[in-house]
Amino acid sequence: MNLSLLLLVPSFTAIAVLLCKSDKQVKTISLTGAAIQFVLAIDLLIQYWVLRSSGDRSAMMFQFDHTWFKFWRIHYHVGVDGISIAMILLTAFVVLAGILVSFTTAKWEKEFFFLLLLMSVGAYGFFISLDLFTLFFFLEISVIPKFLLIGIWGSGKKEYSAMKLALMLMGGSALVFVGLLGLYYQTQDITGYHTFDLLKIAEMHIEKKAQLIFFPPLFVGFGVFTALFPFHTWVPDGHSSAPTGASMFLAGISMKLGGYGCLRVATYLMPEASRTYAPIIILLATIAIIYGAFATMMQNDLKYINAYSSVSHCGFILLGIGMLTQTSIIGAVMQMVSHGLMTALFFASIGMIYSRTHTRLVGQLGGLLKIMPFISTVFVIAGLCSLGLPGFSGFVAEITVFMGSWQNPDKWYRTATILACASIVVTAVYILGAVGQAIMGPTRNKNFQLFPDASWNERLAAVILVAGIVAMGVAPFWMNDLLRPGSETIMQHIERALTIK
Amino acid sequence: MWIELLSLFKQEIFITLIIFILLFIKISTSDWSNGKILIVVNLMLFLNFILGFFMHAEGSQFNGMFRTDNLIVFEKNLLNLGTLMISLQSYDWLKDHRHVLEFYMLLLSTLLGLFFMVSASNLLMFYLGLELSAIPLAAIANFDLEKRRSSEGALKFIISSAFSSGLLLLGISFVYGMTGSLGFADIGGHINGSPLFLFAFILLLSGFAFKISVVPFHFWTADVYEGSPVAVTSYLSVISKGAIFFVMIQVLYTIFKPLAAEWYRMLYLLSVLTMLTGNLFAIRQDNLKRLLAFSSISQVGFILVGISGSSRAGTASVIYFILIYLFSNLGAFGVVSLISARTGKESISDYKGLYASNPFLSWVMTISLFSLAGIPPTAGFFGKFFLLMAGAGKGNFGLIAIAALNMVISLYYYLRVVKAIFMDSNNQPMDKLQVSAMPKMAMLLCVAGILFSGVAGWIYDYIYSLSKSF
Repeated sequence: MNLSLLLLVPSFTAIAVLLCKSDKQVKTISLTGAAIQFVLAIDLLIQYWVLRSSGDRSAMMFQFDHTWFKFWRIHYHVGVDGISIAMILLTAFVVLAGILVSFTTAKWEKEFFFLLLLMSVGAYGFFISLDLFTLFFFLEISVIPKFLLIGIWGSGKKEYSAMKLALMLMGGSALVFVGLLGLYYQTQDITGYHTFDLLKIAEMHIEKKAQLIFFPPLFVGFGVFTALFPFHTWVPDGHSSAPTGASMFLAGISMKLGGYGCLRVATYLMPEASRTYAPIIILLATIAIIYGAFATMMQNDLKYINAYSSVSHCGFILLGIGMLTQTSIIGAVMQMVSHGLMTALFFASIGMIYSRTHTRLVGQLGGLLKIMPFISTVFVIAGLCSLGLPGFSGFVAEITVFMGSWQNPDKWYRTATILACASIVVTAVYILGAVGQAIMGPTRNKNFQLFPDASWNERLAAVILVAGIVAMGVAPFWMNDLLRPGSETIMQHIERALTIK
Repeated sequence: MWIELLSLFKQEIFITLIIFILLFIKISTSDWSNGKILIVVNLMLFLNFILGFFMHAEGSQFNGMFRTDNLIVFEKNLLNLGTLMISLQSYDWLKDHRHVLEFYMLLLSTLLGLFFMVSASNLLMFYLGLELSAIPLAAIANFDLEKRRSSEGALKFIISSAFSSGLLLLGISFVYGMTGSLGFADIGGHINGSPLFLFAFILLLSGFAFKISVVPFHFWTADVYEGSPVAVTSYLSVISKGAIFFVMIQVLYTIFKPLAAEWYRMLYLLSVLTMLTGNLFAIRQDNLKRLLAFSSISQVGFILVGISGSSRAGTASVIYFILIYLFSNLGAFGVVSLISARTGKESISDYKGLYASNPFLSWVMTISLFSLAGIPPTAGFFGKFFLLMAGAGKGNFGLIAIAALNMVISLYYYLRVVKAIFMDSNNQPMDKLQVSAMPKMAMLLCVAGILFSGVAGWIYDYIYSLSKSF
């Protein structure tokens, strides 16, 4: 399969959207584009399986390499392994659902869908890049659409949130930039030239001294995207001010860019430094998990609840990466996918509730189950997935992270694991509290009785996301199979680098 | 023989021809309307730009005073392109102006001066070209005849340029005194690290720093930019600055190569100061012209980072960045120029809610600002990336980290404008402005340049193949 299709389809859809005459056309075209992309992603998965079962053991598949800037040795080099395919699938699910949910957008639809699609181009490009320049290019592409989406269509203190998000994420990518340049000048291939090629760099040995200098900017830079404590402050403001579709993209996809970058670039390319800095990463991740969980308990706005719980859940991703065992890395990727689907579903249902009741405060809602059974059910499913109920993806991902972490015999690592586990109890408290107050109980506002249940597009969006969550929760083995080869490569690389020393 | 000689000077000859044609029009026909004149001038400029790509010749003339090669021809083409775009954009301003022909004659004289300066391989020639460009420029800075600020700006400009010329002359005479020569090639051989040489070099560098408004030699910039007509402001910030950078690269990399360790430290300090000061002052501005003035100061800081790197990558990246900077800055200035000519509004708060009434102008402005800020997929991203990459070649990652931080700061004030355009509401929104054909062409050219010149990798490769390793 030609991976560039994954970029061309959303790009052309975005351009086509700009040329549309009516709002209806805009929606139809974006939906068609997202649906085609969805099919492509599934097709990619199937082709990957076919190739694998026919004995193809190459680390990266469907590679395509084209020289972009000759003198810098910058290439447009793309390729995927199981981990990237998992992320691409996640993106396809969330994009399709996000576009369906955004049908109610009432202002400047053309621009709205254009920006959403541009953001998805950034995400797809990021996940398939094997060249660090291309990767960085796509990482930055996805930042500015968020600024505009939040600032124009958002609610609440939207301008503040948009500015904060844009500046913090750009700060993160500035750090990534410094790290990448540092890495670039450390590399030297056979012909004596520097390179940005991920696979080539992986085969080289970067000096440990250089690793120790350039690992922190890279990891922290990507970490900002995935709410690394203490750089998580953009998350609550950004998510709660964003319009529904944008917050689904933000939490579902954009935050995963950071996690993927931490794993694929920072940890994979600089294994010795990642081992050295592991205690700090684990400490920060544990703080994020616990702090996020307790901060969520204090919230009474549904979007803030989900945003803070995202901080906590993304802590599991970083915890898994920091633990550096194969199981924990698989768990981290699973958590990325699971959290992406779950949080997108959460934001979608919150958006549906908000568009009807015009309030997101838990205290003002209540008894929604009777009025909007479908939306309420979706909300409850998202909540249960978030607290890790078996049968949903959240359980699978978290248990994998915990098992992986426990494999580390160090007592401090184990303490961190236990603390992280304990946070699940707190999660249960706030999720059940929110569900109980907002969904169950008596209807507090008589006007709510009149509200209709979900429309077809909202139902479809929810069904797509729930299908993803359940598919992962009930049958986790296919996900495991998908991620195993990729994580094995990473682990072998880390172990080899550590034994050289 | 004649053909060879002429093709060496082809770009200078074209410009001189145009100046003469304008002069004849001025003397012979007094009844041409401004619209007609503008069409003729722009057509000539367009032809001039196109012809610049044919009949290349390399070589030197006048005992090595003047020389040209493919890189220099390319640089002059860039300057031609910029002048053409500025001319197209100032249509609305010049349409009703009393002295259109004089404006163009002066403008093109400046350009001619810059051409000679870029081609100079002798300090005397360089100085001559520089002065030929500076004096007419001061005259056209005063072309908003009824505005006091315009005269004030012009006066400030002439004083500061006289001062910087003084510094340059002093430096040049020191160099002459010590080496007995003014030719670039001869000087290089005689340079040693003696204190007097270093002093001469500092004088020369300060002269340059004045012209490209490096902090702490930047004080004239904001006032002159704000006072002058927008056409002149954009010319100052893109064309004349670009030309001086072209010369500066050569002077630093060739003549003063023996002093590389010294000027590297100076550039380090100057670039940090320039980026930071430019950015911090830009944050506080409300007038868009002043904001763009300070933003262009900080861009100069980034260019200095690029120059501090290794020679070939540095040369290529700086020229490439100036190409992109030309599109991005002229795009932004084009919008400011049009709106200021029509409504007289120049402050950010006047731009609130612009998108609702003028989507085209808003997009041009936004794309240009994103390019200035270095956001992909605009070309500015590639320009900045390669500048800093060239700068990092020497392993000074501290400088790169400061530059990266400054990119974040600069994003803030660019986004402030974007926020005003898209997000803020306005009680007195601007009317829908009709964009006439010529400015529209220029703007579309800018947008096309911004979107295309970055992603197309061969442009950078082409520039790189032209530039030499010194």
